[in-house]
Amino acid sequence: MALQSLTGAVSPTTLPAGDGFGGAMAGWRLQRLAFGLAVGGAYALILAPVLAVMLISLFAQEIVSFPPDGFTLAWYGNAWDRREFARGFATSLQLALIAAAIGVPLGTAAALALDRSFRGRWQALGGALNTLLLGPLAVPGLVAGTALYIFYVRAEFWVDDDIKGTLPGLVAAHVLLTIPWTVRMVLASLAGLDRAPEEAAANLGARPFTVFRRVTLPMLRPGVVAASLFSFIQSFENLELTLLLVGPGRTTLPVAMLNYLEFRIDPTLAAVATVQILLVGALMLVTDRFVSLSRVV
Amino acid sequence: MGTLGLDSLSRRYGGTVAVERVDLEVAEGELVALLGPSGCGKTTTLRMVAGFVPPSSGTVRIGGRDVTRLPPHARDTGMVFQSYALFPHMSVGRNVAFGLEMRGIGKAERETRVREALRLVRLEGLEDRLPRQLSGGQQQRVALARALVVNPAVFLLDEPLSNLDAKLRAEVRAEIRGLQQRLGLTTLFVTHDQEEALTMADRLVVMERGRVRQVGTAEAIYARPADLFVAGFIGRINVLRGRLEGPGRFLAEGPTGPAATLPCPAATPPARPVLTIRPERIGIRPGAESGIPARLVQTAYLGPRTEYHFDLGTPGSGPVPLLAIRDTPGPAEPLHRLRTGDAAGLHWEAEDALLLPDDPA
Repeated sequence: MALQSLTGAVSPTTLPAGDGFGGAMAGWRLQRLAFGLAVGGAYALILAPVLAVMLISLFAQEIVSFPPDGFTLAWYGNAWDRREFARGFATSLQLALIAAAIGVPLGTAAALALDRSFRGRWQALGGALNTLLLGPLAVPGLVAGTALYIFYVRAEFWVDDDIKGTLPGLVAAHVLLTIPWTVRMVLASLAGLDRAPEEAAANLGARPFTVFRRVTLPMLRPGVVAASLFSFIQSFENLELTLLLVGPGRTTLPVAMLNYLEFRIDPTLAAVATVQILLVGALMLVTDRFVSLSRVV
Repeated sequence: MGTLGLDSLSRRYGGTVAVERVDLEVAEGELVALLGPSGCGKTTTLRMVAGFVPPSSGTVRIGGRDVTRLPPHARDTGMVFQSYALFPHMSVGRNVAFGLEMRGIGKAERETRVREALRLVRLEGLEDRLPRQLSGGQQQRVALARALVVNPAVFLLDEPLSNLDAKLRAEVRAEIRGLQQRLGLTTLFVTHDQEEALTMADRLVVMERGRVRQVGTAEAIYARPADLFVAGFIGRINVLRGRLEGPGRFLAEGPTGPAATLPCPAATPPARPVLTIRPERIGIRPGAESGIPARLVQTAYLGPRTEYHFDLGTPGSGPVPLLAIRDTPGPAEPLHRLRTGDAAGLHWEAEDALLLPDDPA
């Protein structure tokens, strides 16, 4: 209404036209506003839990309530003093690095085979294998964890040695987490790959493995780097699959946090989670400097 | 350097034939162009020479040695790809050095030869650039240097000019031909551009639907095409249907009846002959006193030359179109005054026309 009277006052002789223009303008602004609100709302929804956790880690009181009594870094000290978190962090880090180091080469090899070896009459088999390799994403972590637990118990009987509760047992389980991500991302990179440079390398005298090492792999680098990053994160943050497979003195960080939660609810967990979030965030930033993640993911 | 030989080389994909029994000998230092429309099998033939496509049957010989079963890296061919296929993550210098490195040549010699090769293609000083920092023409020259630096027995070019703009294309064309002749490279060149083939090649191989239609020098193929496909694919040509009235006399027929008697060679004609004549071999006399009576339908001015579209038809025959191309006449020449609708007398030497067998279609 205000807009209408304003345009009317400025050019009273062309009131109908001015009126229409003002109305269109107002509608346009309203659309922009609604769009902005929707986008802002979506971001708020995504970021709110993360920011809330970071904020709560600084609250002074033990039982979380709002408004806070004050702010303190004491919970970070507490997290450090309770050695299970530091040990869990070390175990998770070690586990994620080893799992990614094994899973990414395996997944890359699988993606290459899917892209190049299953042609013609083998195409259907390739499709089936592709689905199978993505399987770990579809099976709920707890179910897969239980299945692995039962399998490990049997396997221990056969090999006459411990598997569950050991690092190799955990690594084998976490490699399963890394493969679907790697296969997906490397396949996406392969889909857009120009084959001519590989032929040029062969033409210049490079044997097939040299072609792969000197030309194919460097051209796939962004996809492989992104796959490594996401494999690491998947392993580092996994709780469900890991829950039944950890052993005494070999607990991952997420499992240590769950254990702590059974007895106490205080901002110590928020402090640990904040450290975890910052670590992953830093990893992504560093990776993004080397390969533009938005181009791959 | 070496010779290249293809013996009855074929490639089939399931039931479809990509290349059918191609025989070819390329002499040392010779440039042979494989020319044909897309899908004629010329690129497949080249890729069989390089080893990227295994032949269904037949053999490939390089320097007299049978290489049919050898993998690409053991064949000693130097190929320039249509997309250049430079290694995007390596500098220009490392791109060019790659083949030398694969041959186990030491660093010092490698550097000398890379510098030499880059000088040859006029890119000295750009060793440290990445391919994406170069223009299309420069990338093209890096691809040339990379293939040349290893002194391949056979040099293979797959439509190397098709990604360049028209002006650059003429320049690079001359440059490639110059290099090839200076270095005496045995070269197989794939193109769909007849001008490229005519200007660059010692000999042309015209292909269609997997088969070789004709092999010969540019002059031989242009002047004496083996069949209607070659005649129509290389340059422009008039094709007149009809029948022989007698030795050296061809009666052209229009849609509804006979139109005109035309001069043609008296030698033994093929079965079901058609008369073909290049447009620039046709002389025009304005007025209709002598020669083959024709009416000017349309002209197209091309600067140095002018196209004259005639009709040889009579009222009983329906239209019989014929194209003549002459140097654009000066104002004093009678041809200058020839207007659309005017009558003219056309003439040509009997030996300029060529009787070819009609297409089975």
